[in-house]
Amino acid sequence: MTLLSIKNLTKRFGGLLAVDDVSFNVEQGKIVGLIGPNGAGKTTVFNLITGNYIPDEGHILFDGRSLTGLKTHKIVSLGIARTFQTIRLFKNLTVLENVMAGCHCRMRSGILSSMLRLPFQRREERLALARALKELEFVGLKQHMDINAMNLSYGNQRLLEIARALASNPKIIILDEPAGGMNDYETNRLVLLIEKMQKRGLTVLLIEHDMNLVMRICEDIIVLEHGARIAQGKPEEITRDQRVIEAYLGIEEDEDEALEAEGRD
Amino acid sequence: MLKHKNTIQVAAFTVFILACPFFLDAYWINVINNIGLYAVLALSLNFIVGYTGLFHMGHAAFFAVGAYATAILNTSYDIPIVLLLPVSGLAAAIFAYIVARPIIHLRGDYLLIVTIAIVEIVRIALVNDIFGLTGGSNGIFGISRPDFYFFDIRTPHQFFYYIWAFLALSVLLFYNLEKSRYVRALNYIKNDEVAAEGSGVNVDHLKLTAFVLGAFWAGMVGNIYASKMTLISPASFNFWESVILFVIVILGGSGSIRGVILGAFLIIGLPEIFRQFAGARMLIFGGAMVAMMVFRPQGFLPPLPRKYPVHKIQPGGEKTL
Repeated sequence: MTLLSIKNLTKRFGGLLAVDDVSFNVEQGKIVGLIGPNGAGKTTVFNLITGNYIPDEGHILFDGRSLTGLKTHKIVSLGIARTFQTIRLFKNLTVLENVMAGCHCRMRSGILSSMLRLPFQRREERLALARALKELEFVGLKQHMDINAMNLSYGNQRLLEIARALASNPKIIILDEPAGGMNDYETNRLVLLIEKMQKRGLTVLLIEHDMNLVMRICEDIIVLEHGARIAQGKPEEITRDQRVIEAYLGIEEDEDEALEAEGRD
Repeated sequence: MLKHKNTIQVAAFTVFILACPFFLDAYWINVINNIGLYAVLALSLNFIVGYTGLFHMGHAAFFAVGAYATAILNTSYDIPIVLLLPVSGLAAAIFAYIVARPIIHLRGDYLLIVTIAIVEIVRIALVNDIFGLTGGSNGIFGISRPDFYFFDIRTPHQFFYYIWAFLALSVLLFYNLEKSRYVRALNYIKNDEVAAEGSGVNVDHLKLTAFVLGAFWAGMVGNIYASKMTLISPASFNFWESVILFVIVILGGSGSIRGVILGAFLIIGLPEIFRQFAGARMLIFGGAMVAMMVFRPQGFLPPLPRKYPVHKIQPGGEKTL
């Protein structure tokens, strides 16, 4: 079943065509990778899905519903949660309160019921707390719950973003370079975590430059270059695709540099 | 241990305040009353400036709307002051909604400039006797005192109980609110708007509610102020009043109830104690502000981290959201 369907998505920034007529489907329960060179428009696609940008053309359908024109918080409440490429935590709040942010859109109590601490509000707070603790345990940060988010290590800050996204009870989680800045040990933990998320029934869409990670866990890969989709398929298909090799995977780095050096001379 | 310490502090402060009427004369009780009024006003501003981190320097405008709503309805239609308490709050809240709605997406210094403009526009509108209702620069006089069934409130000592009971009730409600998802969400917005929206927080809506709620309380304080003075004029609601409220919040500790109350004592109370230095007041005031921003930018009493009853949640066993 198709959970997320992107049709002819186009986004321009002035004269720059950031996303050019991109279409793809994300199947329910799959781990899907979005790869491509820097500046290919991957993060722009994410920002279009989550409502941070408004597409110039095209549609995004989620669970049979159009997301066009909806604000980000509304899209989150429909079941799309995300993490950011540059970590965006609530730095001066505790790890626990960061995760509780995800619960916000699932809570109903208002100003008056909170002022009066009505029984239903207190029960809801308790349920949110339990949910936040569960997600902290899931990503393995429960022992750090009382410290401020800014005092976590870089890798743990990435995990905290994931916990916050999970606390909003999403159907799909969108991870923007989750392994960015992580060491090998942390990356391995992340792979296990993403697999655990899939087992929970979540669909995962991720951008990642660590090809090792992408090839290991993604069941479906979409490749972007200059804003356009140039390939889609299983990992083994992608690694053999000539255009993808030319655009992104292929040329060895030192060879590349040698060519550039020649050009400069 | 920490909880114990807080309880003792609150108890000591309550005893100190309750003891005031027994050893202070009318003049000093009036000073304490003013501190109480400014404390509630600053606490209402705290929703916008402290919890949400929005630069709002036009709070006196909401205070003015509340005070004038009370004055006009009381002097023209003889409606009892106490009944006008919620009405004034509502008038200020509606006014806040109308003016804040179009500017709510502005950030930082842009919002600041617009809010300064709002308070100036309100003051000038009042001076110019808008709709023939506000009495121009002379203002409105002859406002009644609060009148409950069993007793009237007239003397400073009577007002003391009235104002500080109102403050205590406000603090209780705000304290509960601090522990809820509402103030938590305002704090998320203060930390990072994009991340807050991306976590499912309706940022624009919550910012607007912070303005409306803050204005509602400021409007109610306007009602109490009008009945205490029995005479109000535009001069009481100028930009400088807004600055003082802003300073109380920032200096005391933005987002902290006890900090804001301390701020009110420092900014309103200290100048009374040091009256003989009145000439040098602004100099000391300015110097103190600079020193604070350099050495303690978070204010005297910044908010304490919220505590959650984590131990009451059984791991894995409990139902979750």
